[in-house]
Amino acid sequence: MLAVEVNHVVKSFVDKVAVDDLSFSVAQGEMFGLIGPNGAGKTTTIRMMMDILKPDSGEVTILGEKLNESTKNKLGYLPEERGLYKKLKVMDSIVYLASLKGVDRHSATEKANELLNQTGMSAGKNKKIEELSRGMGQIIQFIVTIVHDPQLLVMDEPFAGLDPVNTELLKGMLADLRKQGKAIILSTHQMNRVEELCDRILMINNGQNVLYGDLGEIKARYRGNALLLDVEGELGEIPGVTGKRVHKGYMELILDGKTIPQQVLTHLINRGMVINRFEVATPSLNEIFLKEVGKKA
Amino acid sequence: MNKTLLILRHEFLHMIKRKGFVILTLIVPILALLGIGIFQLVSPGEPSVVETTTIGYVDEAGGFDRYTTQGYIELMRFSTQDAATAALIIGDVYEYFVIPSDYLSTGAINRYTMERQLEIPPSISTAIKNFLTSNMLADKVPPETIYRIETPIDLVTTRLTETGEVATEQGGYGNVIIPAIFGLLLALSLQAASLYMVQGLGDEKESRLIEVLLSSVSPRQLLTGKVLGLGAAGLVQVVVWLASLLLLLNLASSTIGGFFSTIQLPANFLVLGIIYFVLGYILFAALSAGVGAISSSARDGQPITMLYALLVFIPIWFASLLFIFPDSPIWTVLTIFPITAPIEVMLRLGVAGIPTWELVTSLAVMVLSILGALALSVKAFRIYLLMYGKRPAWGEIIRNLRSG
Repeated sequence: MLAVEVNHVVKSFVDKVAVDDLSFSVAQGEMFGLIGPNGAGKTTTIRMMMDILKPDSGEVTILGEKLNESTKNKLGYLPEERGLYKKLKVMDSIVYLASLKGVDRHSATEKANELLNQTGMSAGKNKKIEELSRGMGQIIQFIVTIVHDPQLLVMDEPFAGLDPVNTELLKGMLADLRKQGKAIILSTHQMNRVEELCDRILMINNGQNVLYGDLGEIKARYRGNALLLDVEGELGEIPGVTGKRVHKGYMELILDGKTIPQQVLTHLINRGMVINRFEVATPSLNEIFLKEVGKKA
Repeated sequence: MNKTLLILRHEFLHMIKRKGFVILTLIVPILALLGIGIFQLVSPGEPSVVETTTIGYVDEAGGFDRYTTQGYIELMRFSTQDAATAALIIGDVYEYFVIPSDYLSTGAINRYTMERQLEIPPSISTAIKNFLTSNMLADKVPPETIYRIETPIDLVTTRLTETGEVATEQGGYGNVIIPAIFGLLLALSLQAASLYMVQGLGDEKESRLIEVLLSSVSPRQLLTGKVLGLGAAGLVQVVVWLASLLLLLNLASSTIGGFFSTIQLPANFLVLGIIYFVLGYILFAALSAGVGAISSSARDGQPITMLYALLVFIPIWFASLLFIFPDSPIWTVLTIFPITAPIEVMLRLGVAGIPTWELVTSLAVMVLSILGALALSVKAFRIYLLMYGKRPAWGEIIRNLRSG
């Protein structure tokens, strides 16, 4: 059973089409990256998965069912802009929001204590939300998102505004959740996080699918015919290399269409050169993102 | 627990912990207690220790020399005005008056006092009047007639029912006072409830908490829970008020007496008071939920709330007309129109009563309005939920609500 299945979903607002015939799926136990520039339709897509918005057409299936009250209990949602009841105490906030996910008070309190301990926040459990720092508030909101043990987690920019310590903490907790078989959707601008954490991605722009699939495959697809090389001594002429760019500590060789990196490596070894670095240049997700978004713009 | 009930419980607890709510709920019993206390302090002590007051007079007309004891007031005759003034200055008399020689033709009496007064104390003017009347009529009519001329009527009204029996409610201001106070409190409370609702929804929208809530519950569950939560808080408030009004009324009529012992509650007042209060609370909460739905923030929604929150006061503005013309059809309209109904019903219960058909219609209209307002609010909520910017134009809102 898939955690999420989105089929040909369309959603328009008065002045524009926010999501245009979008289809994708997310498997259980998968960390899925939803990326795209501002206004691409990421948040609208998420809101349709959370049943906050209804699609104009198309279908969203969550954990094998159309959204209903019991599937809502299996969802955890961390919206991009955060807020909790300012005057309410941390523990009361967590327990109330967990109760709306069908968890009884006793279990919610127990689980909340466990998560507060795990995040080092238990000292603040009787504080009011307004007394917490922004980063602490964000951790509490993360706890609210996972306290009811959801099967599907959707996190919109979860790392925004977190310091490095809390970022590591959150990454660790997400990795644990994934090990437990939860499906996690990360929507973010931070491409390095996606590269670091996600198995598969969907890149959207103007509400449409731009790139979708396994991250490794996508990167391989965008792998150019370039090599990163650091050798001792003079490099000289190498057959099949049409250009050379010198960077600090290494150089980038551009191959012609017919030559493969293996041939260049053989050539260098045959010449008896000392090689410190030999790497097939793979574009970063950021580069792919800029390239794709730039193309459509 | 059902999610609507969870929201109801949360909103109820949140509401009754609000400072404004606690103050408004407790201010009634506290002010009433203070009022009774202050009355006890300023009112004269036990009636048994009433002192007699001596006032002087100078009789230039002649013949005013009898009946010099009028209740607690003693009248002391002086032969000249100078003597009377001297007695006033040394404090032998509290004040004095002069009956001029042309009194019979002019009726003028000159009064002299050292007190600064807004008006002549009624006990004094009655004493002087009775003193003059008694002396003028002495030996001309029997003493009983003199007494009757001084106090010509003691008007006793008895209201009869259609079957000719004595009615249980006898009317008068004693009947109006509690419903009027209660109506005013109700109006204030409804206004406060509306603002709280708009504020709460506005805060949840601004903090985006609304998205977390709606990933857990439906807009209908959310709004119904909120509206009923406010209604439950309203019920607590009305019970506190009514209980304290009844207790304090007992206290006031036993300690102060007088007018307070004539105060009575109209028939069905308690039951109808609670029903209209709670329905009013729920109606205003539902309307405000709609306002909250189309507003981007609490600040944006409050001016719209003021529109109908002011309408609630209409029955109070026109209450004096109700006392004079209790049978005008205008009151029927205000009784049936749901926004003015709760307060109009309270006022009319005290003044003249309300025909059963009007009450039934009014309650039915009220319940239908609540259901309608709630349905429209849920719809508007879905449409405008994620609108965080500017509030849309009214024309657009109406078009959107129609097309769904």
